[in-house]
Amino acid sequence: MQNLTDLEKRINSELTTKINNTEIKHNQIYIEIDKDVLVDVILFLKTNKDTKFRQLIDITVVDYPEKNQRFKIVYLFLSHEFNQRLILSYFINENEVINSITSIFPSANWMEREVFDMYGVSFKDHPDLRRILTDYGFKGHPLRKDFPLTGHTEVRYSEDKKKVISEPVKLEQNYRNFDYESPWEGTKYIKEQTDNNEKKN
Amino acid sequence: MKKKIKNYNLNFGPQHPAAHGVLRLILELDGEVVEKADPHIGLLHRGTEKLIENKTYMQAVPYFDRLDYVAPMNQEHAFALAIEKILKIDVPIRAQFIRVMFCEIGRILSHILNVTTQALDVGALTPSLWGFEERETLMTFYERASGSRLHANYIRAGGVHQDLPGGLEEDIAKFCETFPKVIDDVENLLTDNRIFKQRNVDIGVVSKEDALDYSFSGVMIRGSGVPWDLRKSQPYDCYDQLEFKIPVGKNGDCYDRYLCRIEEMKESVSIIKQCLAQMQKGAIKSLDGKISPPPKKEIKQSMEALIHHFKLFTEGYRVPQDEIYTAVEAPKGEFGVYLISDGSSKPYKCKIRAPGFSHLQSMDHLIKGHMLADVPAVLGSMDIVFGEVDR
Repeated sequence: MQNLTDLEKRINSELTTKINNTEIKHNQIYIEIDKDVLVDVILFLKTNKDTKFRQLIDITVVDYPEKNQRFKIVYLFLSHEFNQRLILSYFINENEVINSITSIFPSANWMEREVFDMYGVSFKDHPDLRRILTDYGFKGHPLRKDFPLTGHTEVRYSEDKKKVISEPVKLEQNYRNFDYESPWEGTKYIKEQTDNNEKKN
Repeated sequence: MKKKIKNYNLNFGPQHPAAHGVLRLILELDGEVVEKADPHIGLLHRGTEKLIENKTYMQAVPYFDRLDYVAPMNQEHAFALAIEKILKIDVPIRAQFIRVMFCEIGRILSHILNVTTQALDVGALTPSLWGFEERETLMTFYERASGSRLHANYIRAGGVHQDLPGGLEEDIAKFCETFPKVIDDVENLLTDNRIFKQRNVDIGVVSKEDALDYSFSGVMIRGSGVPWDLRKSQPYDCYDQLEFKIPVGKNGDCYDRYLCRIEEMKESVSIIKQCLAQMQKGAIKSLDGKISPPPKKEIKQSMEALIHHFKLFTEGYRVPQDEIYTAVEAPKGEFGVYLISDGSSKPYKCKIRAPGFSHLQSMDHLIKGHMLADVPAVLGSMDIVFGEVDR
């Protein structure tokens, strides 16, 4: 498909009920689906002759701890043939297991491992679901919003035990996260005030 | 009596000169033939993405220098483009040329390092000695523009940090005259060299299908004959005003990737020359006082400028709620930033898509059935830098 609106129509007409929402912005197409239809939708996008999203660019997760369904899983695709980018996403609960797409895209292997490592989302049928970026024996999932920036443990070499040990983080001073939010430019109430003033004038 | 022979497991790295950083590769060997490779990465993991979530947009820029530390500005460029697209601000034309020029300098920096160390891995010492002299010159250009040789922190949303100092443009032009000679010298040593060819031709062959399946980009996909370069296919900044060619390989082996890199360096020199020729005097960053800091002189005289300066360096600028993926053609491949902003002055989420991550993942697939001695050759031709793989 040469242009994005055609592509959007095509995807909507072919997949109809499997698609919850589509949107075009920043020259990319954003698609929201349900967790269960993931494999069907991805197979369609990869093999259909009008879409041909042959390359999986990345998989990632966005954490919204306050939301009902906590994690938003995001897949980025690229079609070389039509020079288009597509962003596929869906929401899941904290302990839900999702389908692995390693059988469709071999490159999903490490990307899913990274998601598992960083957010603790598990994948069904993944050939080798181990931690990837964090240390051997690491506990927790660092990119979750409730994981502290300083971490829980720190590693040092103990002269007494003659080995590397990990112990709880001890900070001389607590990590300070200043709140600089201010009414400068564009916070709501300033905007509301100016809007009201304009209306009066 | 028959005895069953077990395969031999070999730990390659994390401290090995040919591992190009802290890669721990667990190789299963049958004699000298590699049966399986299991790369263990993350030894240089610094939690860049977590740190960025806790910093303002301006404070996050230096983290991008520390990803692929061989070509720092290319990464800053991707981040700046993402913010600019959300904020919908225009970058002055001079700033675009400066950015593109330094990105191409970054490409040369990266390719020199890669080509010469690849040669070093297979036994040629001289190219690295010659190449590093040129890298030194290029890094002084970085230093003169930004103040530091490596961690530039130069490209900002809306332009660049400061204008080029006097005389720099002339010196870069001079470099463009002398550098092609150095590429020719390196080529004389390597391109037709019998040993170099024996070590690289038909080693680590990537088919077109593999290149797509394994999410390859950059030279890794072009070496296999797919003409794909984001500078041409999805041009950003002023790349659409410049003329350059995209070298494409044929066989997808280590040797073709080496040839692609050599040609790309020549193209980069031509891009730099065009930038220098087309560059006009003018603004180097967005004039919007809410996004770019005012000049020092104004701070002393104007109250508004003083307030802007103070707010920019405490609260930072705010970015409206949005979600975007932008990618640039970094020397190693497609470097992308998936940014989610929530209207505050800090990114809600910033996923960094590093090309090396996908490339290294295919190590097991590429090296299966090769000899142990081919491991450094394949690894070298992938152009792995651990800053970006581990993030």
